[in-house]
Formats: sequence, structure tokens, C-alpha cells
Amino acid sequence: MIIAKRKPFEEIKEMLTPYNKVLTLGCGTCVAVCLAGGEKEVAVLNAELDMARKLDNNPIELGAFTVERQCDMEYLEVLDSMVGEYEALLSMACGAGVQFLAERYPEKPVFPAVDTTFIGVNRAVGWYEERCRSCSSCVLGMTGGICPVTMCAKGLFNGPCGGTNKGSCEIDKDQPCAWYLIYERLSLQGRLDSIKNISPAVEWQNQAPRTVIQPGYKKPDEAEAGN
Amino acid sequence: MRLEYPSNIRIIRVPCTGKVDVMHLLRAIQKGADGVYVVGCLEGTCHYNEGNTRARERVEYVRMLLEEIGMEGDRVRMYNLSSGEGPTFAAYAREMTEHIKKLGPNPLKTAEQNSGKKGGGKREAQAA
Ligand code: SF4
Ligand code: SF4
Repeated sequence: MIIAKRKPFEEIKEMLTPYNKVLTLGCGTCVAVCLAGGEKEVAVLNAELDMARKLDNNPIELGAFTVERQCDMEYLEVLDSMVGEYEALLSMACGAGVQFLAERYPEKPVFPAVDTTFIGVNRAVGWYEERCRSCSSCVLGMTGGICPVTMCAKGLFNGPCGGTNKGSCEIDKDQPCAWYLIYERLSLQGRLDSIKNISPAVEWQNQAPRTVIQPGYKKPDEAEAGN
Repeated sequence: MRLEYPSNIRIIRVPCTGKVDVMHLLRAIQKGADGVYVVGCLEGTCHYNEGNTRARERVEYVRMLLEEIGMEGDRVRMYNLSSGEGPTFAAYAREMTEHIKKLGPNPLKTAEQNSGKKGGGKREAQAA
């Protein structure tokens, strides 16, 4: 899932200084699971903002609503009748959700309340680790299920580099060498040959925003045109 | 056993301090309480194993949130005692009251009064 961290309170407060009526919008999916921007976090942030603005002698009126997923237009529809009465929107979703909100209500200033951090896993309650950088050419099948793009400091698709040092990465003794881990995993599975495969350079540099259309689906405008 | 404890304290009973949520504590302050304290069982004796340790973590979090907005985090505290310790309960109540009196009224009330809106409300602390 997408992992996010709430922005420092001061930063959020600063963005909202010119506004007196703001709707805080949570997202019920990834950011709710990683405890950054779900219904509960909306309530806590609004309580903080309410008190801080009273202390500043500049009270603010806050609304709260949490949609199922902010990255899905279908779920944004319920907001249509609400946003009109607010001067600005404060989104606690990931960057994708914030942008979809801004696209749906282009005349409203939209502010992010979280910093979207990575795609990761839930190691324990409240503890998350990065696992994927969405490179769009997944090599996990050849690397024993260990992502070299994320776990290798150089993001090497073919490794290790010359700096690998008895299991550690050259950048830091405490940082495991991803390609050493890959070697160990493949050797455990008896498929060390796999490490000799050369993966072509990943195509994610300098690229335009990517789009995915699943088999059996079409781009919305083509679908409408009946193509 | 009848025990004297300060009358400005309003007690809210919960089955276990593990039931006390961050928002309960925050709301009390937001609504004008001068302080809030949670009284839980002794650590290691929770009937539900970790209700009181969870409560302590939440209290710590709320203290941090209050500091973040420029209020004294120490308006929120956690105390522990065993269920047979009536006199300790009363002693903590007095200690908290004295402590809050030193800190003074909830600054939100002062801010409201200054901005000409209705303010006031009696000094109160809440226990769970
Ligand atoms: S808006 Fe972001 S956080 Fe919410 S469901 Fe979509 S991807 Fe996950
Ligand atoms: S190789 Fe790594 S970054 Fe690329 S898709 Fe697979 S897990 Fe994600």
C-alpha cells in the first residue's frame, strides 16, 4: 500500500492561515491503514487546528469527511454538494488523491496534509517499510523476491556493484547489500543461475506520467466513442 | 470508605483505561477543561493485558499534540494505582488539582474571552 506521514503541524497551519472555512478530507484506504489520513486522523488534525487557531485569535470553521478512496472519481461525487460552502480543501490522502480532488474542484485551493512517502509493507502496527518504487518492469522473479531498485542504494538492476562488502553496502556498514541478499535467497532456492540474467535498463527515466489500461478495458474517451 | 477529593473534578468512568481514546482526551481540552488525567490500574496488572499501557501511550501522544499547538502538554497526565487504593486516588486528585492550578486556566478560554465570545466555564479536570 501507499505509505504517508502527516506533515508537521506548523506547515499545515501555515498553509491554511488565509482561510476561515476549510473542509478536511480523509481517505479510507491506504492512508487510513497506515494511520496517516483516515477518519481518526482527520478528527485529531481538526481538533488541533481548531484549538491552535483559537489560541491565535483567528478562529477557523472546519468540516470533516472521509471518502472511501480519493483516487477514484466515483467516490468523490458525494463531495460535490459539500465543497461549495468551503474556501479551501485540506486532503489527508496520498499525492494521487490530492491531485484528483484538485482536478475535480479546480476553482478550490486544495492543500496536502500528508507527505506521501513510499509503497510499502506493514511490519508491525505503526511500522512500515519501503518495498517497491513502481519501476514498471518488475524483476522480482529473477531476484528471489527482493527488489533491487528499492533495496540497493544505487537501484542497480544488475548487481552487485564493486562496493559490496561481506554482506554490507558500501554506503554504510549497517545497510545490507541488496544483491548479497538476492544471492543468498537464490542460492537457498538452488537457482543461482538466475543472477546471471542481464535485465535491460529500466525505462522509467525521463518518462511522461504512466497510464495502465487493464485487458478488456479502454481509455474513457475511446469507450465513450464506442471504439 | 468516604474520601475527600477536590470537588472541581468530574469523573468519567470507563471499564478499562484502554477504552480511553486520543479524541476523548483532546475533546476535553478543546471544550475547555483545564486538565485531564487518566487513572488506570498498576502497570502489569491490566485485566485485558495492555489496556493501561495503551492508555499511557495515548496520553503521551496527546501531550505531544498539545505541545505542537503551543499548549502545555502537562495538562494531560496518567496515574496508576490498584483498585483498593482509595486514599491514593484522593491524593492523586489533590496533586493534579494543585498542578493544574499552577498552570492556570485553559488558554482556550482566555483566548475566547479576549475575542469577545462567551467563555468561562468552571475549572474542571476529568478522570477516567
Ligand atoms: S487516494 Fe491514495 S491513499 Fe487513498 S486509496 Fe487512493 S492511493 Fe490509497
Ligand atoms: S523491480 Fe522493484 S521497483 Fe520494480 S516493480 Fe518490482 S518491486 Fe517494484
